[in-house]
Amino acid sequence: MSDVMTASQARFDVAAGPDLRRWVLQGRDAGLAAGAAAFGLSGVPDMLRTAQVAGGTAARLGPHELVFFAEPDRADAIYSALQAGLKDIPSSLVEISDRQVAIDISGPDVELVLSSLSPMDFNIRAFPVGMATRTLLAKADGMVWRTGPQSFRLEVWRSFVPYMTEYLQKVACDVRF
Amino acid sequence: MTKQYRIPGRGRVNTARRVTFTFDGREFQGYEGDTLASALLANGQHLMGRSFKYHRPRGVVSAGSDEPNALVAVGSGPALQTPNLRATQVEIHDGLVAISQNRFPCLKFDLGAVNTLAAPLLPAGFYYKTFMWPRSFWDKVYEPIIRASAGLGVAPTAPDPDQYAFRYEHCDVLVVGAGPAGLAAALAAGRAGARVIVADETAEAGGWLLSDTTSRIDGKTGAAWAREVVDELNAMPNVRLLTRCTAFNYGPHNMVALNERLTDHLAHPAVGQPKERLWQVRAKEVVLAAGALERPLVFDGNDRPGVMLATAARTYLNRYGVACGRRAIVVTADDAAYRVALDLKDAGVTVAAIADLRPAPDGALVAAAIRAGITVLPNTTIQRAHGLNRVCSVELAQLLPDGSVGKGHQWRADLVLMSGGFTPSVHMFSQSRGKLVFDEELGVYVPGQSAERERSAGACRGVYRLDRVLEDGARAGAEAAAATGFDGSAPQWQTGDLDEPGRGGFAGALPRRGKGLRAMAFVDYQNDVTAKDVKLAVREGFRSIEHIKRYTTTGMATDQGKSSNVNALGIASEALGRPVEKVGLTTFRPPFTPVTFGAFAGHAREFLFDPVRRTAADGWARDRGAVFEDVGLWQRARYFPINGEDMEAAVRRECLATRSAVGIFDASTLGKIEVVGPDAATFMNRMYVNGWTKLAVGRCRYGLLCRENGFVYDDGVVGRVAADRFHVTTTTGGAAGVLNMMEDYLQTEWPDLDVWLTSTSEEWSVIAVQGPLARKVLAPLVDGLDISAEALPHMSMAEGSICGVPMRLFRVSFTGELGFEVNVPSRHGRRIWDAIWAAGEPHGMTPYGTETMHVLRAEKGYIVVGQETDGTATPDDVGCGWAVSKVKKDFVGKRSLALPALKAPDRLQLVGLLTLDPSEVLEEGTQLVARPDEAVPMHKLGHVTSSYFSATLGHSIALAMVAGGRARMGETLYVPVEGRSIPVKVTNPVFYDVEGARLNV
Amino acid sequence: MLLIRCPYCGDRAEIEYANAGEAHIVRPADPMAVSDEEWAQYLYMRDNPKGLIAERWRHSHGCGRFFNAIRDTRTDRFVMTYEMGQPRPTIDSEAAAEAAR
Repeated sequence: MSDVMTASQARFDVAAGPDLRRWVLQGRDAGLAAGAAAFGLSGVPDMLRTAQVAGGTAARLGPHELVFFAEPDRADAIYSALQAGLKDIPSSLVEISDRQVAIDISGPDVELVLSSLSPMDFNIRAFPVGMATRTLLAKADGMVWRTGPQSFRLEVWRSFVPYMTEYLQKVACDVRF
Repeated sequence: MTKQYRIPGRGRVNTARRVTFTFDGREFQGYEGDTLASALLANGQHLMGRSFKYHRPRGVVSAGSDEPNALVAVGSGPALQTPNLRATQVEIHDGLVAISQNRFPCLKFDLGAVNTLAAPLLPAGFYYKTFMWPRSFWDKVYEPIIRASAGLGVAPTAPDPDQYAFRYEHCDVLVVGAGPAGLAAALAAGRAGARVIVADETAEAGGWLLSDTTSRIDGKTGAAWAREVVDELNAMPNVRLLTRCTAFNYGPHNMVALNERLTDHLAHPAVGQPKERLWQVRAKEVVLAAGALERPLVFDGNDRPGVMLATAARTYLNRYGVACGRRAIVVTADDAAYRVALDLKDAGVTVAAIADLRPAPDGALVAAAIRAGITVLPNTTIQRAHGLNRVCSVELAQLLPDGSVGKGHQWRADLVLMSGGFTPSVHMFSQSRGKLVFDEELGVYVPGQSAERERSAGACRGVYRLDRVLEDGARAGAEAAAATGFDGSAPQWQTGDLDEPGRGGFAGALPRRGKGLRAMAFVDYQNDVTAKDVKLAVREGFRSIEHIKRYTTTGMATDQGKSSNVNALGIASEALGRPVEKVGLTTFRPPFTPVTFGAFAGHAREFLFDPVRRTAADGWARDRGAVFEDVGLWQRARYFPINGEDMEAAVRRECLATRSAVGIFDASTLGKIEVVGPDAATFMNRMYVNGWTKLAVGRCRYGLLCRENGFVYDDGVVGRVAADRFHVTTTTGGAAGVLNMMEDYLQTEWPDLDVWLTSTSEEWSVIAVQGPLARKVLAPLVDGLDISAEALPHMSMAEGSICGVPMRLFRVSFTGELGFEVNVPSRHGRRIWDAIWAAGEPHGMTPYGTETMHVLRAEKGYIVVGQETDGTATPDDVGCGWAVSKVKKDFVGKRSLALPALKAPDRLQLVGLLTLDPSEVLEEGTQLVARPDEAVPMHKLGHVTSSYFSATLGHSIALAMVAGGRARMGETLYVPVEGRSIPVKVTNPVFYDVEGARLNV
Repeated sequence: MLLIRCPYCGDRAEIEYANAGEAHIVRPADPMAVSDEEWAQYLYMRDNPKGLIAERWRHSHGCGRFFNAIRDTRTDRFVMTYEMGQPRPTIDSEAAAEAAR
């Protein structure tokens, strides 16, 4: 088994993603606008698009929903800014730092591997860098974010991580053939 | 011996690579590139199987996936055998083990063949007529007989050790079939720049071009042209050409399933290589280029080994270099068979005669055959083929002007080649729900209006001549690409030396002389349906072709009627006296050819079958030897046995320890929803039966959620974190459903509310600390938070920290004891669990699992949704009427609760039950009746929903739902079980600490 | 597997969605004011047309939003999808014929 894995790693790599803090912001247009501004963005990202600030990323996963990701050293500042910016605007800001876990996948086979898990089209024309969405990954709900031409970040709920990583590794073996 | 029927200089097999395999235990040799069928034919072996019903000896009929007879099992051992494979598609490799099917004890001598003698007793609908009465015979006599005598191959008995892969794919143009039309289409679409997938079920792209050695494209043979096109396609990054890959299902919205066989042809697959890969391809446009199938002729003995399709013999000759016999008789209704005769003659096979059903065949090929000295008998039919394990002679007879058949003559032959013309392969088109139309001129059904974004090209829509096929394919490819935004021109080629197949054809049973009472002329080889069976069905009153199909089973075998449908239609049409186009065609169903279960399972097996969800404390529980149970996808510790305890002993100990000292329980799997926004309380008021307006921040309430029909859907404790923020808990199994239901109301009915919902189920690990010593354990850990009875009374909550980790602490109890539920961010779950355990151990803390949790809550009469409730219980039914707000104007379910039926006094109501014998533990689900001596069927009053032995109380307890139960307190009811009735006393469902004193300490 | 257009996320495969029954069934503003019969109508009675149906779907494994769709029950072909709260659109005969094909 180990030689199989080594061979596959040349074309596909699974790694634990970074430890991040996360918040879900839901609200009407004003709420999202205020949240985006407090986060440091010039505007609310388009649907299924991400936008980045120093130490943080915002992903527009729903029409009324932004998910904020923050590096640990920027997290407190970002959270304070969000709270302050949203103070008087009806909205919901809920921490989900521990609900989900990031898995980074990369390599020339990365699109093929994802194609074994989800019926979405991962061709770069259909799923460009910077796009993020929730979808079904095999039988697990997950978020897929294209971070580069050959790299994606997946996020799944914490208890699905063993299933997800094992699935990815199994599929990585299969796509070589 | 092995070269007996091999023709030097013919075929595409690699004669430099000899391959050794076994068939029915006997060793054979073939060449690399052979199929099992071609290799066996090269060895003179036509007999490859026994038929399904009559166990007649059967030879190979075709050279492709339409093969109805030569079904084999491949592989050896209990796990590795794959049954029902077509020998025409099995590629041989060294060490291949194949065995024939439906024979006992051996292929040449089969006991079941006595069924042939009994054929008059086995007509259409035989099963329906014979295995009717007596009813007592159904299970014990008929079914075993049917099961033993029917069925095709034998299923493997051990788990499949092979790997199977799965992939979704997207493309602009999917081309099904890589014959001339498919290759032309793929080239046109590929050159235009579209993302193209081409799938062909065979090992080599080219289709009929690999069998046709006479036609020329741009001066090259068809095979050479195909090779060049394949090279060009393979060089295009936007094109993927898949061979050994069958398109078997055409799903809605252009999703086509492909089954790619990766290792079946390999003697030594690579380590870890999947055996098959299932593709689900979403195509913007589909080009169907599935080709056409030659039709067999229906005459007495048309199933004798050595009787086969004419073009199949050409394929065996030109693709595999195998002559299928030494002396051939050709019986045809189409010109194509003449080319087969010419090729065979050229290869040294004697063609004794060509019998043509047409009165005056006049094509160029006919003239060529006559020029070559072949005897051509126009207006001639075949009355019968003789021979048992191999055809030895046939009787040919003149068709008389009145339509009858004249005197016959015997002709010696070891090979009978038949051609009833061609049937376009419309299976995939039909699966796509496209409408078939009858083509008067061709006498067959061809694709009409499409239902999907799809077009057919070439022979599968009745276009047969090669130049037109190429043109049709190229145009289809270019149009498909253009429809997806890639414009390009259709390539063109010069063709030469073309044949003109498909000018004739015959559908139905051949005319015959005499009544033919014992004649067996097969329409559907695989299901052993004869022409007589179809006629009988009509005589017995079946008029619809769909009914005739089901009654006779014609077209219902694994080949889905590839070779039989049109002939069956022809026979039915004649018997019904209606033209074919008025009879209609039955639906083609997926799969196009059988697909293994392994391919469907794909990666989803063993650990990957379903996600296994584990909590933060899972490893701790496993280290302590906990026994787990599945709750939805979660694994939860059920009990923690020590020193070899069984569940009963462990649960007694865990219960007593929790009631007397303190227990620790992993409640992390509970669903959690954060309800946030200025309208949060309003929303909660509308969803839950309870009132929320007056719930103070920092307090909790037991929430009960009904569906709009008034029946209990879910429950859980809700804490008010802030004026505009609720921490809602749900049952483990209800988490997703409750959130969906809340979103449904919020988005559909009340979009004006400023409130939003976020699932936090996995944000929090939840550690329940329950028992009289719970506060003692926790107090030192909670970083100064005051958790005294005064500061944190029963049903309250506080935010704080534990061991430096942020915490939401709930003072709640599902045990009836002083209890806390510690919520911490999941990443810290294990660390805090360990810390609480370390602090609790000196106090005699005991871990308990879901089983003890159930006993403790049942002692308190707390319901479990889904156990006491079954989707028809109102809050009042389960004793929770107190939770229902009387002042709220509306909430989900309120209106339904006002319906008379939901207020009836004789509804099933929650009660407790006590057995007279304190050690008797009732079985959950057993029924309750009023009198033990009642006659069967007894009048049921209710049923037991929960039943346990209570170590705390020293006797068994049970909860039950009983009609008008609350008015029956003190009554004795009976639980009838095998051989006796157990008397039970109806009691209050709260068995322990009725006044709740232990909670408020 | 159907291909369904979420008004927010675009075309996605059917497995990302959950069907949520007939659309435009409005919950009575004051349920207690309606008769038992009217309430039963609201609760249980649904059309089962052979042809175009307006129904709700939820992009449950995607953005989570409910939306409405017009689908031909005979062919599973979608005419259009639209946001919650919008009235049922009128479908011209050409689009209806295309959906029925």
